[in-house]
Amino acid sequence: MNTEVLHEFVNKLKEENSAWVVDVKDALGEVTAIVPCESIVDVCWVLKTTHGFDLLADLCGADRGVEEDPRFEVNYHLFSTKHHNRLRLKVLLTEDEPNVKSVVSVWKTANWLERETYDLVGVNFEGHPDLRRILLPSDFDGHALRKDYPLRGYEPYSLT
Amino acid sequence: MSVATENLTGQVDVLDQLESQMTISMGPQHPSTHGVLRLELVLDGELVIKAVPDIGYLHTGMEKLFEYKKYQQGIVITDRMDYLNPLGNNLVYVMAAEKLLQLEIPERAQVVRVLMCELQRIASHMVWLGTHCLDIGAMSAFFYCFRQREKILNLIEAVSGGRLTPSYFRIGGLMMDLPAGFERRVKQFLDDFPAALDELNTLVSGNTLWQSRTQGIGIISPEDAIDWGLTGPCLRGSGIDLDLRRHNPYSGYETYDFEVPVELDCDVWARFRVRMREMRESYKIVRQAIDRLKPGPTKADAPKIVLPDRDDMRKHMDSLIHHFLIVAEGFNVPTGEVYQAIEASKGELGVYMKSNGGPKPERVHFRGPSFVNLQALPVMSEGEMVADVVAIIGSLDIVLGEIDR
Repeated sequence: MNTEVLHEFVNKLKEENSAWVVDVKDALGEVTAIVPCESIVDVCWVLKTTHGFDLLADLCGADRGVEEDPRFEVNYHLFSTKHHNRLRLKVLLTEDEPNVKSVVSVWKTANWLERETYDLVGVNFEGHPDLRRILLPSDFDGHALRKDYPLRGYEPYSLT
Repeated sequence: MSVATENLTGQVDVLDQLESQMTISMGPQHPSTHGVLRLELVLDGELVIKAVPDIGYLHTGMEKLFEYKKYQQGIVITDRMDYLNPLGNNLVYVMAAEKLLQLEIPERAQVVRVLMCELQRIASHMVWLGTHCLDIGAMSAFFYCFRQREKILNLIEAVSGGRLTPSYFRIGGLMMDLPAGFERRVKQFLDDFPAALDELNTLVSGNTLWQSRTQGIGIISPEDAIDWGLTGPCLRGSGIDLDLRRHNPYSGYETYDFEVPVELDCDVWARFRVRMREMRESYKIVRQAIDRLKPGPTKADAPKIVLPDRDDMRKHMDSLIHHFLIVAEGFNVPTGEVYQAIEASKGELGVYMKSNGGPKPERVHFRGPSFVNLQALPVMSEGEMVADVVAIIGSLDIVLGEIDR
């Protein structure tokens, strides 16, 4: 797939503010822009309002491994209902401060997706209107999709 | 003012509130919630003031499980997510893995994938229509729908051996070629299908009761629909022309001739119309696909990734070795990350797959259309009657297996 169009969007972002894009990766027909975690809301807002990426297709967190630094990442998969391009934004987060600003103010759909990421990966979304667990019970201990969380849990979970 | 009267007025306020507003829990065992969805409804009389979906009752930790299974073992897990559209789940998963492996899929396998996915879409829409009608109180349509679905499940069983859990698509192609006489059976189904669809249309669409229960209910504006991330028939029911088969084509969908139905009413009726029209388009695609079926390989030419045929294993030593290695150790997938999306029966089904070079994925995340579409339920149902919430849930076409994963 031709990724030149996507690089143009990233270049426009860089022109607007050179600190917004730390690194750009182009692999397998997909372009990933690595964004510093403090400016993710601004970048998303600009991409949505001026570059037509009006649909947040997916938001997911990942644990890169216990020894990795930065340990966590959050991926934003943007899609445009106008020009039908996809762009991935990536935010890297350290183990000690897995905090990133919430993009619920940009897309309402981020609400549940961020809650899911908080629930399973343990990323803290600052400014989220209702950050509680969504899939696991509210008294669940730990974050199940972290690499150091055992497959069968620490102890048999009781529903009663 | 004395303390006593203050207390009294306070009590009256509480009583007033109790009389006018009531919080009820709808589900998780309510039959119209299509599984184990719980809704917390704040009602004023019959008016819905607030609706809060509560999910997670069916959470089985699939995304964690993927990380502990080899790539080819993950396919069977995907069957169990959206259990009304398992072939779509298979397709998106294997496509993501194929993208990481950069495999070239033979023509016949692509055509069969399109053929089976469109049949599955019809089957999924049939369940949607039957249960949607049942929720609103029209019982007979359910039986007509499930008769058609049964025919498709028989076809799926013929190719894969499974009715609800086919796991038919494999990384690099198909599990096996179509069985003998399959084309004839599909044609038989196709010959009867338009008449069955017309029958359903007269049974449901033309019904004034049905119309008054669905028209003007559960309205979501096009701007809101995009903001809430709606995709698939829900988005097209709000007048946005977006279909990934057309706009981000995969598996050769760009070469098929079909329309993307769009309705402008933004209500339950519009979403209903979109799905009804979509079934006819799926029928058209299946017709084209069945005409395109040419003999040829159904597996990619990658002996270290694709399981060899049984016949080869008996004759060739290297096939036997490859088979053993693939089953026992799996195959290594190059490091990388992909996001692959397809147009499933409910909307954009996406998978984010990340590989660290080993035989097991580092992270697999599914973007389920039901999960995202359900989020918009409060916007659609607030201000409506409580009986309409049932109609709105039906129009969203959710499957809890995919929401909770």
